[in-house]
Amino acid sequence: MTLLITILAAVAATVIWYSGEKARKLHVGMLVCMFWGASLMWLVDAVVEFAEIRAEYFTPAPADMLNDAFLGFSVIALALVIWIVTVLIRDPNGVFKKRLKKN
Amino acid sequence: MACFLVPATEAVVTTIITKVVEAREKKAGVEHVSEAELKEVKTPFSKKMKWLNGLLWGGSVLLAFEHLWHGEITPFFPFLTAMADPAETADMLHEMATSGVAMAAVVTLVWGGVVIVSGVLEKRAAAEKEAEETQ
Repeated sequence: MTLLITILAAVAATVIWYSGEKARKLHVGMLVCMFWGASLMWLVDAVVEFAEIRAEYFTPAPADMLNDAFLGFSVIALALVIWIVTVLIRDPNGVFKKRLKKN
Repeated sequence: MACFLVPATEAVVTTIITKVVEAREKKAGVEHVSEAELKEVKTPFSKKMKWLNGLLWGGSVLLAFEHLWHGEITPFFPFLTAMADPAETADMLHEMATSGVAMAAVVTLVWGGVVIVSGVLEKRAAAEKEAEETQ
């Protein structure tokens, strides 16, 4: 479930990055790298787990699925927080610079 | 257990290599431009290395969070719960040698593929530009 949610986030971030110059200026590429990197790593984890437990991998307990989904959304939230902090620090539109000059 | 430590270690190494390559490129006068201008210029290798750094660092950070979530990392020494028991430490090292190495290898291979594709696209764009200029 975590892998699925992260792959969906990676695809969404890639589409946003591809579709506009504004998104690229706002370092959406960083989100793309984070989500794809994590997706590839969890994919390896999934393959290893599948090799161990075979078909059981596709029938997880509902409680595990819920926990994994919760983890997946938390991962997205963490990545978004890292991204927004980076954008604010790098200040690509010079918003803070302009404000500081005004003061 | 601690499989993310392998790609994280690779990330440290590739980040250092990127800095060295970047310094050499600047010395050699390789043009470093913004992403918007890259369409017509050959992407410097240091820029391509940064893609790998992003994949490795990003993936490692998110996986570290997952390990924290599952209680495999603690904020105090020895930081990894598997380090408390020798049998678990052996399992952890085995996981690092198998899953960890596979993760780092897969990310690097995918990055290699992206670099090859981008090289082909750059060559194609350069050829098209040359053809336009000769017309």
